[in-house]
Amino acid sequence: MMRETRYIKAINEALSEEMARDENVFVVGEDVGGAGGAFSATRDLLARFGPRRVRDTPISEAAIVGIATGAALRGLRPVAEIMFADFLTLAMDQIVNQLAKARYMFGGMYTMPVVIRAPCGAGLHAGPQHSQSLEAWFAHVPGLKVVMPATPHDVKGLLKSAIRDDNPVLFLENKALYAMKGEIPDGEYLVPIGKAEVKRPGKDVTVVATSRMVHESLEAARILAASGIDVEVLDLRTITPLDREAILQSVARTGRLVVAHEAVKAFGVGAEIVAMVCEERPALLRAPPARVGAPFVPVPFAQEKLYLPAAADVVRAVQGVVSA
Amino acid sequence: MTDPVNVPGRWEREFPLQTVIEEDGSADPARVTLTDAKALDLFRWMILSREMDERMVQLQRQGRIAFYIGAIGEEATVLGTVAGMEERDWLFPSYREHAGALYRGMPFVTFVCDLLGNAGDRMLGHQMPCHEAWAPGRFVSISAPIATQVPQAVGAAWAARIRGDDMVSLTWFGEGATSANDFHTGANFAGVHKVPVIMVCRNNGWAISVPRELQTASETIAQKAVAYGIHGERVDGNDLLAVHAATQRARVRAASGLGPTLLECVTYRVEGHSTSDDPRAYRGAEEVDAWRDRDPILRLGRYLTWRKLLPPDEVEALRAEARERIRRAVEDAETFAPKPSIQTLFQGVYAEPLWQQREQLDELRAAVAEDPRTSHPR
Repeated sequence: MMRETRYIKAINEALSEEMARDENVFVVGEDVGGAGGAFSATRDLLARFGPRRVRDTPISEAAIVGIATGAALRGLRPVAEIMFADFLTLAMDQIVNQLAKARYMFGGMYTMPVVIRAPCGAGLHAGPQHSQSLEAWFAHVPGLKVVMPATPHDVKGLLKSAIRDDNPVLFLENKALYAMKGEIPDGEYLVPIGKAEVKRPGKDVTVVATSRMVHESLEAARILAASGIDVEVLDLRTITPLDREAILQSVARTGRLVVAHEAVKAFGVGAEIVAMVCEERPALLRAPPARVGAPFVPVPFAQEKLYLPAAADVVRAVQGVVSA
Repeated sequence: MTDPVNVPGRWEREFPLQTVIEEDGSADPARVTLTDAKALDLFRWMILSREMDERMVQLQRQGRIAFYIGAIGEEATVLGTVAGMEERDWLFPSYREHAGALYRGMPFVTFVCDLLGNAGDRMLGHQMPCHEAWAPGRFVSISAPIATQVPQAVGAAWAARIRGDDMVSLTWFGEGATSANDFHTGANFAGVHKVPVIMVCRNNGWAISVPRELQTASETIAQKAVAYGIHGERVDGNDLLAVHAATQRARVRAASGLGPTLLECVTYRVEGHSTSDDPRAYRGAEEVDAWRDRDPILRLGRYLTWRKLLPPDEVEALRAEARERIRRAVEDAETFAPKPSIQTLFQGVYAEPLWQQREQLDELRAAVAEDPRTSHPR
């Protein structure tokens, strides 16, 4: 049986189910308790699981991640909430130099099952410091897994998988999708980390998309279908580990590649994917690949629509690749 | 005009320097928390720590290890605190507490293998020398960025609260670390939630070349506890009995739900910061010599003599015993292959290696098979 739920509610369900399943799971962050989270991801968890397992912290992202790291060393499975992905910068040392490297530096003596949830993405007029998509930074750090779910179904299944994973997982939710509704199964299910999914099959061009750009790419595919261009939309879902097979299989079917993400185009995930395909299977490509991403500027407040990559940008990129 | 707030000596009076061993080696039995046997055992540990530090610096000078950072002059602070904790407690070191790892059961040979980064290195050659971890002894990690262990220690203690066990965590850091973000965030969280953690500041006077008075305008480190709403104490860090007693008090507080303690141990870094540092460039010999006279080993030795536990030749015998133990550890460590195996390069980054890492390992193996010098340069 399927039912409709919102993306934010799906996150709340995943947290609640995993906390009920495993008493080692606990939530730590700013305003996650009585307030239920800045975006209500942790609503009702305090009442259900109590203040030891749903812990409001003083305002310090470094403390949130540091405490999660220390608790993980002792065998707990913390889920840390950073109110905005932009504020991950305040915990950067704890994430990059401590959490990501702890298992490696200490010769595998410790597992680090920490999930850091952080809402990323623009579109809510939140300005340069509440809107960024910084996944490429974290994908550049060995030791971290990076997940970016695009739908209510995937956000729930991937969050449950992330909580059960023995590695640190940076879980980048898109706050512009929080209100979005989608179908999810009634019962227990997981979505595996590291597996992309074809959200729309097509034969002319592959659009590899992440997060909100999955929906923009699906919209672009509908527009392009009218002019006889059949777009395949591959939702990457996980940045690290990258699902190379799914990308190469899709490009093998279509012979053309566009990568679409909301982060700035420069030095982004798109560059990695394009380089990977060109390095490994250049013969698959019948045309030079293209990337869709934001311009190289901070996220503006007033002209956000001009800034944000959208369906029209994907349409243009696909048309360029198809006519090349 | 005179400053009505920062009255000189105000905070030193508020947080008096606590000592137990008097100048003549005597001590008030009511304030002694160690049995004679334990005091003698810790004396042996302090000598081992000193001899080890001196020997490892020699090995570094000979080019046999790449780097060393020791605790000469700070042995009472390290061993007094670790001995004041229970076996089940967790330790979050900074980088001078090697004696703590050994005290918690890390085999000496493993410690030397870690220094060498050889095939016997428990950290698989991943960490630089003196950044050891010893999980079986709950001696967690040594991290290069300053003070990052403070919120981690708080998190481990918080985990104890969640699980309902009575473990306390202890973290060491230098006075320089009190300037860093994570000291503040950790102390603040610990205070708000009465976390069972002991924050031990080894105030050794110097952060590389920066003296204590350029690190903080506070007269003492212990007074910083006031602002966090936690308990603070200031002890003579060269007095093992004072350090041990204060640690035990802090542990009792923590375990009975009264929250954290900031324990300032006033000591002195007699040598350079590490083998990469020559302190003659920034401080005078008089200052150092004055502290050599206040040596923590001499201090405990005077107490043991006063207790009639230390015959005149005993110290030399203990030193010889320590040197022999070190010699054997180095000898045993040097029997391991000089480098860890190729696959260790990729081991432990993730619980399971990613496809990139499996492929990169295969490529590396092929390159080494083609030209063995790839893995053994020179």
